[in-house]
Amino acid sequence: MEEYTILRQFADSWMLLLLFAFFIGIVIWVFRPGASKEYKDTANIPFRHQDKPATSEEARQ
Amino acid sequence: MSNYIKLIVLGLIALFAAIGTNYARDLAYQVHAILVMLIAGGLFIWTLRNTEEPDILVDRSAEYMDDVIRYGVIATAFWGVIGFIAGTFIAFQLAFPALNFEWAQGYLNFGRLRPLHTSAVIFAFGGNALIATSFYVVQRTSAARLWGGNLAWFVFWGYQLFIVLAATGYVLGGTQSKEYAEPEWYVDLWLTIVWVAYLAVYLGTIIKRKEPHIYVANWFYLAFIVTVAMLHLVNNMTIPVSIWGSKSVIVWSGVQDAMIQWWYGHNAVGFFLTAGFLGMMYYFIPKQAERPVFSYKLSIIHFWALIFLYIWAGPHHLHYTALPDWASTLGMVFSIILWMPSWGGMINGLMTLSGAWDKLRTDPVIRMMVISVGFYGMSTFEGPMMSIRAVNSLSHYTDWTIGHVHSGALGWNGMITFGALYFLVPVLWKRERLYSLSLVSWHFWLATIGIVLYAASMWVTGIMEGLMWREVDANGFLVNSFADTVAAKFPMYVVRALGGVMFVAGAVIMCYNLWMTVRKAPAKEASLTVAVPAE
Repeated sequence: MEEYTILRQFADSWMLLLLFAFFIGIVIWVFRPGASKEYKDTANIPFRHQDKPATSEEARQ
Repeated sequence: MSNYIKLIVLGLIALFAAIGTNYARDLAYQVHAILVMLIAGGLFIWTLRNTEEPDILVDRSAEYMDDVIRYGVIATAFWGVIGFIAGTFIAFQLAFPALNFEWAQGYLNFGRLRPLHTSAVIFAFGGNALIATSFYVVQRTSAARLWGGNLAWFVFWGYQLFIVLAATGYVLGGTQSKEYAEPEWYVDLWLTIVWVAYLAVYLGTIIKRKEPHIYVANWFYLAFIVTVAMLHLVNNMTIPVSIWGSKSVIVWSGVQDAMIQWWYGHNAVGFFLTAGFLGMMYYFIPKQAERPVFSYKLSIIHFWALIFLYIWAGPHHLHYTALPDWASTLGMVFSIILWMPSWGGMINGLMTLSGAWDKLRTDPVIRMMVISVGFYGMSTFEGPMMSIRAVNSLSHYTDWTIGHVHSGALGWNGMITFGALYFLVPVLWKRERLYSLSLVSWHFWLATIGIVLYAASMWVTGIMEGLMWREVDANGFLVNSFADTVAAKFPMYVVRALGGVMFVAGAVIMCYNLWMTVRKAPAKEASLTVAVPAE
């Protein structure tokens, strides 16, 4: 088969499935148990460290 | 040691540019060669004078790198006013063709100034706003100083050089005639270098972040930087005719070239003007409203849905062309699906104010940000509608498209940038507040009414000319000549230009207000010593 047809078939089948599954996976992952608590902390990032970078002691790894 | 390498590189560039000045095959290339020669030569002398000077090493890792952002804020305001004035002038040129002065034909006529306007507002105003705010946001949300030291300065000045090369090139005729990608090959190469440096600074800062999570605004900024790099490379695959001339030939041909151009063109809208500015929205609206974003979960879904869908929407620019029907249908379907993540993002931005709606009455800056999100919602509804083939058969090639672009660019991009500038200037120059809130209100109303005049007049004239073009009499002959439709548009063109004047006036008021904030508004430390009693 010529290159175009091979790529086109792959794009129409497995790649489409992969991207779709990836997206659905993200939506499910976002609603995992315990996510709300974690995102509450993440959403507040803009309200920390406004004037200077975090020192290594207060780094929240 | 590094200074010696710098001297060698700068010397070679200056020498090459000097040879280019001599051999130049066209005016644009010659002027650019002189410009590059002077800049490289100047930097050579400056570096030479600083070589072997004792290094004064100061550890600045405990503070943010804000001086480059201050320059970026000034550049944003400056290029904004230049771009708006250029746009208003060409609007008057369309209404009054005598403004295409005879003595300036081939330099300052509509065809030369139009790309100057679009690039000035998108890349100079919007681009500087994106670079400055992204540097601000990535430092604050990573709790880390910018990575790469002076590389951020290279990004800033390199980008300004790109703007100057692009703008002078258009006026002098150095253009590859691809919409929003007009700069010729050597300017494209220079932008590629600057962009890679930009990505390195941005990614380096994220990698050394002190917060465990990457805040959502950074995801949008990063998508913008990475995607624009990809679009830029693919759409500018050109082979120069001569190394001493600006002319180049694209490797794509025919409909493939058209498709790649609009894949680029629409994603310039999707990733430059949408994803990047959504990064701004996700940081500055929560900051100004003083409450976290409405739903962080929605913001993640918003991000992935937006970037997965936008990349496919380009073919809707090529309805009824040589492009196969299936491809333009694909573009149309994805454009319509795109409506959902767009409105998801809009709802997320607007609902961030839930519980703080009273701020709309007291804070004109938040009013500006909210109306920008409102315009975002409006133009992301209008866009999918116009991408439908049947609607497009009426709207395409008419002024409706121009109106749509401007409700997005002036309303969404302009207003959110103004809001970010009003937020940033007091913070960056350590002022307690803005110089005048009533001037912000003046700016708000002038800009809003200006956009409404602009969009409304373009709807009227666009639909009118679309209907006039397709009007046939009982025998099947076209009723109107093209000149008839042009004559009929005159009143709307004047209204549009007046809308532009109001928008420029608002921007000038903003510049005055920001200037006076830096000069006159009380400094932050000073006020603290007054407020806190000595113990």
